[in-house]
Amino acid sequence: MKEITAIQPQLHPALDNPKLQLAIYTATGRLVDKRKGTVAEESLPDYQELRSQANALKRHAIDHLDYYLELFQRNVEANGGKVIWCRDGKEVVDFLLGLAKQRKSKVLVKSKSMTTEEIHLNEHLEEHGLEPVETDLGEYILQLAHEKPYHIVAPALHMTRYEVADIFEEKLKIEREEVPEKQTQIARGILREKFLEADIGVSGANFLVADSGAVVLVENEGNARLSTTAPKVHVAVAGIEKVIPRAQDLATFLKLLGRSGTGQPLTVYTSFLAGPRREGEIDGPEEFYVVLLDNGRTKVLRDADKRQALFCIRCGACLNICPVYRRIGGHNYPWVYSGPIGAILTPQFEGLDKNPWLPHASSLCGACGEVCPVKIEIPRMLLELRADIEAEKAAKGEDKLEKLGFQAWARLMSNPMLYRAASAAGSWVLQDAGDGGWASQLPFFLNAGPTKGWLSQRDLPLPAPKSFRQLWKDRLRQPPSSVPVRQQDATDEGHSA
Amino acid sequence: MSTRVSIFVTCLVDQLFPKTGLAMATVLERLGYSIEFREDQTCCGQPAFNSGFRDEARTVARHFLKVFADADYVVLPSGSCTAMCSHHFSELFRDDPAALYQVHALEPRIWEFSRFLLEVAKVDDVGASFPGRVTYHDSCHALRELSIKQGPRTLLRKVRGLELVEMDTAEECCGFGGTFSAKFAELSGAMARTKVESIRRTGASAVVSIDSSCLMQIQGAMRREGLKVQALHLAEVLAGGAQ
Ligand code: SF4
Repeated sequence: MKEITAIQPQLHPALDNPKLQLAIYTATGRLVDKRKGTVAEESLPDYQELRSQANALKRHAIDHLDYYLELFQRNVEANGGKVIWCRDGKEVVDFLLGLAKQRKSKVLVKSKSMTTEEIHLNEHLEEHGLEPVETDLGEYILQLAHEKPYHIVAPALHMTRYEVADIFEEKLKIEREEVPEKQTQIARGILREKFLEADIGVSGANFLVADSGAVVLVENEGNARLSTTAPKVHVAVAGIEKVIPRAQDLATFLKLLGRSGTGQPLTVYTSFLAGPRREGEIDGPEEFYVVLLDNGRTKVLRDADKRQALFCIRCGACLNICPVYRRIGGHNYPWVYSGPIGAILTPQFEGLDKNPWLPHASSLCGACGEVCPVKIEIPRMLLELRADIEAEKAAKGEDKLEKLGFQAWARLMSNPMLYRAASAAGSWVLQDAGDGGWASQLPFFLNAGPTKGWLSQRDLPLPAPKSFRQLWKDRLRQPPSSVPVRQQDATDEGHSA
Repeated sequence: MSTRVSIFVTCLVDQLFPKTGLAMATVLERLGYSIEFREDQTCCGQPAFNSGFRDEARTVARHFLKVFADADYVVLPSGSCTAMCSHHFSELFRDDPAALYQVHALEPRIWEFSRFLLEVAKVDDVGASFPGRVTYHDSCHALRELSIKQGPRTLLRKVRGLELVEMDTAEECCGFGGTFSAKFAELSGAMARTKVESIRRTGASAVVSIDSSCLMQIQGAMRREGLKVQALHLAEVLAGGAQ
C-alpha cells in the first residue's frame, strides 16, 4: 500500500479544495455536454465510421512513419521550406538560438503548442536571453504565472477571472481588472506590440500533411495565424507522429477534432501552411521551417501494440470525461500530458519505473476509450502498462508485499477447499464487528492496509453470517417453492448481508 | 427436461451479498430453468488482472475454465465479471493456444444476468412487483464493455409499482475500481460522493445496478453521507413480489 502514503498527499491540493474541484468538474462538464451534442446521431450520423477511419489512417501513418516523413520532407522542400530533424529538446533550442542570432532578434512570438511545453522551450530560450511570448490568452496567463498547462486544450481551465486579475495586477503592474472581456483587451494590446516586434514566430502543428508538405493548425483566437504570418520566420515544432498521408484525410480529422475537444463542428480558424511566401503573395513568412521532434517517440514506436498512444490528436476529450482528471486536475500529473492520455504516454516516454502509480490511478471506467476520436484503447493500454510495471517490479524484487498477497490469493482462489475454509473463518472473525452487516469503523488490528483506505471514505460491508454456498446447501434441503423471497422493506437498506 | 443453467456467484456475492445470488437463482427458476451451483467455483481472476498480476490472474482464470468447461449456460450477477470472462480471458491467454481454445469455447456460453433474461429466456416481464421510485446506475464494464444500457431499464419498467427515474450521472463511474478504491481512497471517495448526491437529487428510494461491486461502493458512501436509500441488485428487485 505504498501508494497511500506516496501518492495521496500529492493529490491533496485538488482533493482538499472543494471550490477548485467544483470548478474543474463544471468546466469539463460543459465541454462534455457540448461534445455530446455535436457527435450525436442527429448532428453527425457517421460519427462512428469517422472514428474507425481516423483510427485506420493514424495506424497506417504510424506503421509507415519513415515513408510519410520522407515524403513530407520532400514536399516541404519543394514548397521552399526546410525540415530540421531533432532528437531532443536541446537540438530544438540550439536550432532556434542559431536562428535568433542570425536574425539578431530577441523576441519570439509563440502560439499554443504542447510539444514545446514537453521540451520546456520557453525556459531554455529565456536562459539564453531571448524573450519568447505566448500569444494564446490562456498560455499567456500561465506564462505570466509561471505555471504549466492545466489541460491540453484549455491550458488555464482552472483559473477564475479573479485569479487572472491578481496575476495581471502583479505581473503587468496595471490597475485591477476583473471583467474577462477587458482582460482579453489588455492582453491583446500587449501582444500586438510583440507581434510587431518579433522576427520569429513559433507554432506547433496539429497535422503534418505528407502529400502537400503542409502544416495544419487549428485554433479559435486567430493568434496562431498571426504568429505564423506576421514575423519574417515561421518555425513549426512538431512531434514526428503528427504526419498524415494526404490532404483529403483532413476531412476526417477536422470533423472529429473540434467536436471532440470543444464541441465545435469546426474550430474558428484552420490554417493550411505550405511553405514561405511566394512571389506575388501578399502575406506569409520569408522563411518556413518544420522541426520534426523525436524526444522519445521512436522508443514508443518499438511496441507495436502500445504505440497506438501516438495516434493522439490532442483533442482533450478523454481528459474532460475522466472522473479522475475531473477530481485531481491537470497539475497532479507528473508530465505535461495529463488525464488518461497522459497516463499512457508518460510511462512510455519516461520509463515504467518513474511514476509506477500513474497507470494504477484509474478506476478503469473506460469513458476515455469511448470518447477518443481516434479510438485509442486507453483502458486496455492502462492494463497492459500495469502488467509491465508489475513485471518489472517483480524482476527487480521491488514491492514484494503486493505480489506475495496476490500469489496467496491466487492459491486460495484456485483451491476450493481452502477457499471454503477461509470464507468460514472470515465470517466468524467479523460476524459481530458491524451494525446490520456494515461497519463504519473496525477494531485497530483490522483497520489497516486496504481496509483502512476503504473505511476512511465509506462504510464497509461485512461478510454475511452465511455465505452463498452455505445458504445454497440449506436451500437444496428444502423444496424450491417453499423458499421465501423476502421483499425488502423501507427500513432495510437492502443489499445487506 | 428443463434447460440447465449454471450460476457463477461472484466472490463478492458469495461472501458479502449472498441474497443477490439467491434472488438470481429464484428468478431463473421461476422462468423454468433448472439451476446448478458448482461448488468448486471461486472467482474470475479480475482483481489480479486489473492490478497487473497476470500470472496470478491466469491461475484463477484456469480454475474458472475448468469448473465451467462443460456448462451449457453460465449466468453471472455482474457485468464486470462477465466482461472479464468474455473479453479479457482471451487477452490473458493470448500466448497459450490450448487455454485460448477453452476460452473461445466458453465465451458464447457466458451471460450477464439481465442479458440472459432478455436474449436467451426472451422475457422482459418476470412478474415482479416493487413499490416506489427507483434509479438505475450504469456500471462501467456492463455499459462500455458489454454495451448493456437499455436492457436492465426495460426489465425495471415492467416491474409493477416501480417508477424508474434517471439520475444525472447515471453513466459516471461510482469510483469503485477494485483495489483503486483503497489505494486511491480519497479519489475514489470523491467519485462516490458525486454519485450519492446525484442519487439524492432523484428522490428515489432505491438505486439499482447489475454489479454488486458498484452497489457496495455506493451503499457504503450513502451510509457515510447519511442518505437512506436502498442499494439493490437488479436480481433482488426482479425476485420481489411475484409468486
Ligand atoms: S487520447 Fe484520444 S481523446 Fe485523448 S486527447 Fe488524444 S485523441 Fe483526444
